[in-house]
Amino acid sequence: MTTSNTSAVDYNFDVVRQFTVMTVIWGIVGTLVGVLIAAQLIWPALNFETPWLTYSRLRPLHTNAVIFAFGTSALFASSYYVVQRTCQTVLFGGKLAAFTFWGWQAIIVAAAITLPLGYTSSKEYAELEWPIDIAIAVVWVSYAIVFFGTLIKRKTSHIYVANWFFGGFIITVAVLHIGNSMVVPVSAMKSYSLYSGAIDAMMQWWYGHNAVGFLLTAGFLGMMYYFVPKQAERPVYSYRLSIVHFWALVSLYIWAGPHHLHYTALPDWAQSVGMVMSVVLFLPSWGGMINGIMTLSGAWHKLRHDPILRFLIVSLSFYGMSTFEGPMMAIKSVNALSHYTDWTVGHVHSGALGWVAMVSIGAMYHLIPILFNQGRMYSIKLINVHFWMHTAGIVLYIVAMWISGVMQGLMWRAVNSDGTLTYSFVESLTASYPFYFIRFLGGVLVVAGFILMAYNMFKTIGAEDGSLKPVEQA
Amino acid sequence: MDYGTLRGFFALLILALFIIIVVWSYSKKRKSSFDEVANSIFEEDDAAKANKESHLDKDSKQETNNNV
Repeated sequence: MTTSNTSAVDYNFDVVRQFTVMTVIWGIVGTLVGVLIAAQLIWPALNFETPWLTYSRLRPLHTNAVIFAFGTSALFASSYYVVQRTCQTVLFGGKLAAFTFWGWQAIIVAAAITLPLGYTSSKEYAELEWPIDIAIAVVWVSYAIVFFGTLIKRKTSHIYVANWFFGGFIITVAVLHIGNSMVVPVSAMKSYSLYSGAIDAMMQWWYGHNAVGFLLTAGFLGMMYYFVPKQAERPVYSYRLSIVHFWALVSLYIWAGPHHLHYTALPDWAQSVGMVMSVVLFLPSWGGMINGIMTLSGAWHKLRHDPILRFLIVSLSFYGMSTFEGPMMAIKSVNALSHYTDWTVGHVHSGALGWVAMVSIGAMYHLIPILFNQGRMYSIKLINVHFWMHTAGIVLYIVAMWISGVMQGLMWRAVNSDGTLTYSFVESLTASYPFYFIRFLGGVLVVAGFILMAYNMFKTIGAEDGSLKPVEQA
Repeated sequence: MDYGTLRGFFALLILALFIIIVVWSYSKKRKSSFDEVANSIFEEDDAAKANKESHLDKDSKQETNNNV
């Protein structure tokens, strides 16, 4: 870890600093709302009899907060940092970069107000109503101008692979968002989708799955391809594999959406195509994971004393796990058991808390000292404590959801010899209670870890410039 | 040409493009420039530190550093 004080280029790190700090803040907020709704599933009285705090309104607030506030702020911070460092030039667009920060934060605040009030388009991960959708499109196009403008005026001849992933993510999210948000407004806060019936469902999951594929995967792979080699102080295992990885991933992901619509009104052939493409997707996913983990080959000992590297490498293990689980769950016969159960929730969180959050946390711990002119974080020990709290939290969460989910799937499909259902729905719900409590405990650990991170961050920011010296390891 | 045939050709085109990408990226001619790019993220630090470290180690197992 070296500070950038000596670099010749006068980078725009202001916007990176802003997004970095907000990443940690939104990390706390987003996971805290998650813990609240997890608690509501055990103690329903926690909605306090107010419509604004009901599960149905807070659940989209939780997903929007973690994906678009926490995750996307981390992507803004890291992409703006990486594109400047690898292109050795300052961000393009001057004040436009600052606009993307304030614009994005305003959108998050608008979401935090409108969702509890009950304004929703009812499309999962795209709940925000049309005026906010337009604002998102404007900020996103500005983001693309800043990012690609910087690439165009780069001082280096090659575009480093991390930027390819960031670029792919920015373009695709723009296309997905604009495509899926096509609506007919009927009032200031109410609109109806331009698409009808099964086509609307297909549009929604084309968007929904590629939000996972491009925002939560490609973007964070861009982060991985810069911060893993940087933190390990070794070049990526195979640059050639990273090129093949990029093209294979972007050309396959786009077809996987129909697996969200197995056994629905979507035509059977489309379901089967979605299933096959999802299974094939396993290959580029694992290619990328192996490329990241093998970057440590010959330097495994660094994991022993560097908790930041531990965050980054374990994030890749979770990535590998959930990209194995995902294709398996996309197989129709497996999906018949897993769909609509807690297994899906467990799968999402092994990806979101394991892959997305851990790689972001690792990248932020790498970035914070550099951005605030320090040699290291205030406390390495606290990073290690955070690592174990976060890991234990995820394990509690996903194991509880796996057991609960498979149990629900089995109870729902059980029939008596006369053809009647063995269990009522409420019986399966009662059976899930203990697992909901274990999930709640896991969530509390994750939130506590984030609060520790915020403390560590503010201590690092507050320390006198250069007073925290890097620790040299043999 | 009907729509089905067109899609068939499109699939073949994508497959051909993918094979070209793989052959191109794994060609020996590209090796040294890819090594350079993979190491480029350390350049600024090296200038600051003024000492090149283990990541340019020739004995490294890292594929990007093999002198094939």
